[in-house]
Amino acid sequence: MNAQSVAREGSAAPDPDPAPVSRRRLLAAAAALGGAAIAPGVTLVEIARAAKPGEPASSKVRWGLLIDANLCREGCKECVLACNRENGLEGGSRPVDVQWIRKVELKERSTGRKLGLPVMCQHCAEPPCVDVCPTGASFKRADGIVLVDRHTCIGCRYCMMACPYKARSFVHEPLTKQKPEVPRGKGCVESCTLCVHRIDRGERTTACAEACPTKAIVFGDLADPGSEISRRLREVESRQLRADLRLETGVRYSGL
Amino acid sequence: MASEILLPQHGERGFWLRLAMGLGVLAVGLAAAWTMEHEGHVVTGMGNEVVWGAPHVFAIFLIVAASGVLNIASMASVFRQAHYKPWARLSALLCFAMLAGGLMVLMLDLGRPERIVVAATHYNFMSMFAWNVFLYSGMFAATAVYLWMQLERRMNRHLKAVGIAVLVWRFLLTTGTGAIFAFLVARQAYASAVLPPLFIVLSLAWGMAVFVLVQSACGEPTEELAQRTKNLLGVLAALALYFTAVYHLTNLYFARQHEFERFILRDGGIYPLLFWGGYVALGSIAPMWLVWRRRATAVSLRLAAALTLLGAFAWLYVFIIGGQAFPLEIFPGFEASSSFRDGEVAHYAPSLPEVLLGIGGIAAAFVITQVGVQVLDILPSADD
Amino acid sequence: MRAAMRAALAAALCLAATAAAQTRVPMPVLEVDRNTSCVAPPDVMRRTHMDLLMHRRDRTVHQGVRGGDEALARCISCHAGSKGAAIGNRDAFCQSCHDYVAVKLDCFECHQGRPGAVATSR
Repeated sequence: MNAQSVAREGSAAPDPDPAPVSRRRLLAAAAALGGAAIAPGVTLVEIARAAKPGEPASSKVRWGLLIDANLCREGCKECVLACNRENGLEGGSRPVDVQWIRKVELKERSTGRKLGLPVMCQHCAEPPCVDVCPTGASFKRADGIVLVDRHTCIGCRYCMMACPYKARSFVHEPLTKQKPEVPRGKGCVESCTLCVHRIDRGERTTACAEACPTKAIVFGDLADPGSEISRRLREVESRQLRADLRLETGVRYSGL
Repeated sequence: MASEILLPQHGERGFWLRLAMGLGVLAVGLAAAWTMEHEGHVVTGMGNEVVWGAPHVFAIFLIVAASGVLNIASMASVFRQAHYKPWARLSALLCFAMLAGGLMVLMLDLGRPERIVVAATHYNFMSMFAWNVFLYSGMFAATAVYLWMQLERRMNRHLKAVGIAVLVWRFLLTTGTGAIFAFLVARQAYASAVLPPLFIVLSLAWGMAVFVLVQSACGEPTEELAQRTKNLLGVLAALALYFTAVYHLTNLYFARQHEFERFILRDGGIYPLLFWGGYVALGSIAPMWLVWRRRATAVSLRLAAALTLLGAFAWLYVFIIGGQAFPLEIFPGFEASSSFRDGEVAHYAPSLPEVLLGIGGIAAAFVITQVGVQVLDILPSADD
Repeated sequence: MRAAMRAALAAALCLAATAAAQTRVPMPVLEVDRNTSCVAPPDVMRRTHMDLLMHRRDRTVHQGVRGGDEALARCISCHAGSKGAAIGNRDAFCQSCHDYVAVKLDCFECHQGRPGAVATSR
């Protein structure tokens, strides 16, 4: 059906095919239209880049916690309750219930000594959960906070198998009462975020540290030698949980 | 050499009935998966301690056995054992079918199964799971090409080369399956370098058992083939038992692993029962006795294969679920207790949706095998 | 002749289907507070809001850039409208348009669709 065969049928001399010229014009017009269509979008992206309200997280900072087990009162659960309130967690202790922080009561086998301390995501520098996540949803931010990007999490629970601290929980039920600053939902894995929504707003404490009645939990910048947490770490003996794994956790414990 | 191989006795009607049954079971499995996805995993027996439950037992069985069942074709193409050649096509089809069934179960058990596209477009190559996306899809492609080359006469001359490629690929795949667990540094049940080779041997044993049972449904093997298969099943069962013994004995040497081994081998209730009774006695020693005793018959071979598969499920249950039920040791030297069940053995009971999903995976493999056998020239013919 | 009849029948069916579709799926209800403006004009947002959302969510989650124009909560505070939520019923802002174009709304399985909602713990 092309113009050349028509030309052959119709006349002795082949006509110059008019189709390519108008096709070219059509393509040019389409390109112009297309350009006009996406141009506002391109401009928009420029505006979006320019209008940054906050600064992105920086690796000059490393957020961490120092928890003093000596100050941790038996039976006290203020940190847990504060975390639940802050993050919109439902609470509860069924195997399917989510716990970002829990109070662990310990008894030393050889001596009978008793103590208690809160355990949450240790925000390791070498997180096993980040290594095993197939989609990269479990990631370490520049400032050391280990998070789950729930947009990318497929709910495979491999990170839960990998975590040495049982820090992660899986959301087993549909949720409707999420807090706007803490989006969370069914089918994804989650854990303590070091109150990242607060930190990014400029606040310099986590809900658990704020709520602790004995100030057993100190939040701060491990990379700043002048911060309170760094000073305390220089003064008092502290250790990481499962230090043998060499994960370089951001959460340290003293009095253990 | 042409063997006296009978064509299967099934006719058209038999096929449609079997297909309908398979599709029915598959539909039930899919309905179970839909319930799990819609209501959330709260309807299952899994929780924050045992995060991988019955579906993973079924899925890993199917995937490991899929790799092993291809060994029949490898023995024919790569190791030039002519007795297996007539059955090589069935072996390739079974590999494809079981891999599909296993992957179906794994993907439907995800917390967000609709995000498979995310898994296919976002990769973290430190993760074994990310590698598995390529290893498994590559296995599908490789097996399909392998099958085509077996079916297409003019391609038969390439069989050895493709057979070697497929052999290497499935070794990588099964090593990867073992590595999923071997890379979990914090769990006392895993984090062992013996796991990848252990999984390779398990794949060979379970694949051989699956092959024996499927072959017996499709026709009588020759006496010579039956003899070789019998011996091989026994050797592979012994080899699997050896690697399992090495795994446990090494653990028993380390003081820090004693509590875990006591749990799995003696005090853990269902787990020692399944390990000693299900895997060691019924799943390893009984099959070895059945195939190597003086009066071994075709029936005893099939029974040995069936028991090996029973042992496979028992082994996987103890490994996957027992390994999670034992509490993480976060505070060595301390007894721990908390609202999050620190220090406690986790309780797990498989729920109906999980088991139905797992069985649905087997049904998917069954359906694919049925259709493949019906549509393609899979079963041994007079030309072989 | 037969071909022409088939073509006519096909055309008639298509028309009937679209007509039926139009009666079955209601047009989107786009009710917004007219005193404020969105980050971009409506025709632009209609075509690009999904790309903007994806770009910004990566910046928020991975780099921690929050608040202001970045916040989904801010979109919802405007678009929740008189119904009080961006989803949950046929006339809600996000839901009515997404229902019309048959594109699954994934956001609100995790994000809160009601402005200023406060979750309670047991």
